[in-house]
Amino acid sequence: MSDRIADPWGSRTPYGPPATVERLAAALPGRLKDFLPGDFGRRSPWPVRVDAFLAEGVTEDDVDAWVPSASILHSNGDAMDIAVSGGRIVGVRGRADDRVNHGRLGPKDLYGWQANASPDRLTRPLIRGCGGELAETDWDTAMDLIVSRSKALLDGPGGWGNLAFYTSGQLFLEECYTLGVIGKAGIGTPHMDGNTRLCTATSAAALKLSFGTDGQPGSYADVDHCDAIALWGHNVAETQTVLWARMLDRRHGPRPPAMIVVDPRETPVAREADVHLAVRPGTNLALMNALIHVLIDEGWYDERYVRARTIGFEELRKVVADRTPRWAAEICDVPASAIERAAEIIGSSERLLSTVLQGFYQSHQATAAACQVNNIHLLRGMLGRPGAGVLQMNGQPTAQNTREAGADGDLPGMRNWNNPEHIRELAGLWNVEPSVIPHWAPPTHAMQIFRYAEQGSVKLLWISATNPAVSLPDLARIRRILAGEDLFVVVQDIFLTETARLADVVLPAATWGEKEGTFTNADRTVHLSGKAVDPPGEARSDLDIFLDYARRMDFRDKDGAPLIKWHDPESAFEAWKACSAGRPCDYTGITYGMLRGGGVQWPCAPGARHGTERLYAGGRFNTDPDYCETYGQDLLTGAEHTEERYRAKEPRGRAFLHAAPYEPPPETAGGDHPMLLTTGRTVYHFHTRTKTGRAAQLNAAAPDPWVELSPGDASALGVAEGDVVRVESPRGTLEARARVCGTRPGVVFVPFHYGYWDRGDSGPGDGVPRAANELTATGWDPVSKQPYYKVAAVRVSKAADALGVLSAAPTTGAASPHDPRVPVTAGGPEAEAREWTEADEHTEWAGSGAGEYSGTAGTGDRPRDRSGSPEKFETSRWFEED
Amino acid sequence: MHLAHYLGLLHRSQNELAGAFCEVGRAHDDEPDIHHICERLAVQCTEHARLLEPFVQRYSEEAVDEPERLHSTLFSGTRSGPVGLLRDLHDLYLMAAECDMAWTLIGQAAQGARDTGLLEVVRRCEGETAAQMEWLGARMKQAAPQALVVAS
Repeated sequence: MSDRIADPWGSRTPYGPPATVERLAAALPGRLKDFLPGDFGRRSPWPVRVDAFLAEGVTEDDVDAWVPSASILHSNGDAMDIAVSGGRIVGVRGRADDRVNHGRLGPKDLYGWQANASPDRLTRPLIRGCGGELAETDWDTAMDLIVSRSKALLDGPGGWGNLAFYTSGQLFLEECYTLGVIGKAGIGTPHMDGNTRLCTATSAAALKLSFGTDGQPGSYADVDHCDAIALWGHNVAETQTVLWARMLDRRHGPRPPAMIVVDPRETPVAREADVHLAVRPGTNLALMNALIHVLIDEGWYDERYVRARTIGFEELRKVVADRTPRWAAEICDVPASAIERAAEIIGSSERLLSTVLQGFYQSHQATAAACQVNNIHLLRGMLGRPGAGVLQMNGQPTAQNTREAGADGDLPGMRNWNNPEHIRELAGLWNVEPSVIPHWAPPTHAMQIFRYAEQGSVKLLWISATNPAVSLPDLARIRRILAGEDLFVVVQDIFLTETARLADVVLPAATWGEKEGTFTNADRTVHLSGKAVDPPGEARSDLDIFLDYARRMDFRDKDGAPLIKWHDPESAFEAWKACSAGRPCDYTGITYGMLRGGGVQWPCAPGARHGTERLYAGGRFNTDPDYCETYGQDLLTGAEHTEERYRAKEPRGRAFLHAAPYEPPPETAGGDHPMLLTTGRTVYHFHTRTKTGRAAQLNAAAPDPWVELSPGDASALGVAEGDVVRVESPRGTLEARARVCGTRPGVVFVPFHYGYWDRGDSGPGDGVPRAANELTATGWDPVSKQPYYKVAAVRVSKAADALGVLSAAPTTGAASPHDPRVPVTAGGPEAEAREWTEADEHTEWAGSGAGEYSGTAGTGDRPRDRSGSPEKFETSRWFEED
Repeated sequence: MHLAHYLGLLHRSQNELAGAFCEVGRAHDDEPDIHHICERLAVQCTEHARLLEPFVQRYSEEAVDEPERLHSTLFSGTRSGPVGLLRDLHDLYLMAAECDMAWTLIGQAAQGARDTGLLEVVRRCEGETAAQMEWLGARMKQAAPQALVVAS
């Protein structure tokens, strides 16, 4: 038994890289791998460890059914089975045979499902009555109200511009696609975005700019093969625990990979890494330019690959020409020697795996910095082969689906809004006039949607499965907009969130485990999530709600037939497959039947049994002008380039090396606000805590927000562990208890999960504000339009003595306290989960594909010597030269 | 030789554009992207003017009388609201277009004068001016349907 609150990553199962012959087999294209005997070329040496947690008093014998699904509380896509007993969900168990997790689950997966059965689930629609209070009603009344309002707003020219949709990386693929078609072909509005804008817009933007389209080049299996891992602003230990477990297992096994991390905080990753670059917030691009300077200066790049497979080297060389480590050390406030050491690790690695997340995406010059990670891999020719990969990670669990299916600021199937032929394809598919589909400008991003609502031109805002009243920057403003008299707000959710409290109509939705559908994780693995139980009360799946709206709105195609021609998850999936055909995210070879056997990575054309493990093998990129998703953008202003300009570059399947000089961030510390605020997550909570705050073990592990301060800053401010501190920015204030820990001097960290729903309110009211986004500024990366959450100037002061109370910050993650008296975070008997490994001689889990591997055995100790690597860089030409 | 006049014209236009970017950015600070990018582009224009200064000085010694109506005023203050924003960006676009063509013409003149130093400055700056126009155009195209068709 294992307390997975106390140990979020579970026990180690160390392993080493596969033998060279395995790696060569793994490098073969999928269709060739299909001819190899057994699962040669596909298997992973990562040992199986099956994690499970069942409700108290329930044993596996009591379980009536195990329903396949995957994680919905982070983006890793860990496969699991939902245990059902007596019509209730009673637990979860990791799937041993799934390529993503080999049976493992994280704390949010193990305990989070309990929130489904919370007594305060929404079970009936609510509408705001004349007295201003939300009151229960029936579905017909609620839907009729939405439909009559929609029709009135749509009446007349420009009516489309009154309606906007703000959705979430929580919906399933089928729901994203249905919403996308309703918005783009039914209403014809470009005002659609997801909260993916907050977590993954930069990932998409950087992938499109460098490689031509969205789509993750790498695979989680690259962890098995790599000899170096670089984590760029990625606290993977707390955001994707199972991926971190895989990395740790490599680090504890033979021939472990070197590890570099960029993070201003002393995260578990920073504590493990060989090089930790705790840069000043907002200076990532300066660091990246210096690293690339060294790679070029030392000749640590693949000259032939760069010449044959990329465009833009000379410009990049010029921009980084005098950007030395010494220059960056000054700006980033890290030692030049550490930058040099990081460059050396990158420059000497043969198989580098990079992962990128919010430390880059939500910071200054986000897209430019994320593109530099792509550049490192392009310069070194390290893409599309085992161990050499980039994972521009997602934050939200189904973020990939909002991006690819058109529920956010992208067109379905990764099509280019600026390419008339792509619009014609969609119009043909949906049987509507091309002019119906808005494509005169890029789709409207979330912050602009809220600005239009603030100005009064967006009059109906439909928010599904997300909570902007806690997650968007400058909350006082967001609450003001949502509460505005002239804005009709529809909220579709499973709880009465802060946002729902401000709505005019609240629709009760079904959630994970209560509906069927698919979703895709950060390494392109598609999972099917089954319906284990019925939703509570009158709650309906998001798909049913959208289908009902389309029916009542009577959206038609140009022949008068219903626009939406599907009626359930599987028929929606089939419709989506047709939309994805021939595009980078080709799902046409995937069926629900296939997915019942485990996750499959797209692209997967008909006849392919396994999907595609890595993109861009051979250095062929999606940059053909007729195929690409963007004609490029200016990295300084975000301005879109024209088709002519793009064609003139003659991409011919080559990737783009983008270059941009470092610029100081718009908001810097100084004067009245001498410190920099950065916000982020803890391992125990997801987003605005609506589910994880209702799971007892997770809530107890991190019940309240906290403020992380470095020991030096704390002592200068006269603040000790547990003291209540006030943090103020030009936008607002919050108060929380201080945790003195290893964050960078001058930097304050506050987790963004906490709002006011558990106080029964939409905002702080007369009470003490505690949401991190009271402080953050309305501002965004010009290219990806992702808001800046990592650079806000603040001042900190002591508000009250601790009086013997400690901060509620968990001790397991970045907030590991300096004060040794702080008791360690633990879950106790209520958090006892089970772990089976092969060593336990248990065979109780279903399937064993990944477990059969008998390659390099791991050992329990931690040899750090990497010099034993016998393999040499394959010098044969593996990419295409023109 | 009239090159001095055209250099003076561009120098003045770049400074005026810098001032206009600042004013528009300030006037529309509820649009954070406009605010930040205008601020940044104002710095760029000021830098362009600074780079031109030595050439303005040098060629003024050879200048003849200034031709009539050399300079025209393109900006006379900011407006408010969505249509006001569109008009302000439109003004900036016209001012940047004036600079853009002036860079082209001065680039031609620099070749005629065999002045490689000036040509280098033109090469460095004209791309940035074009990028400014690109951003202004894109931002206006994005805003126009909502401002002109949807907003009441």
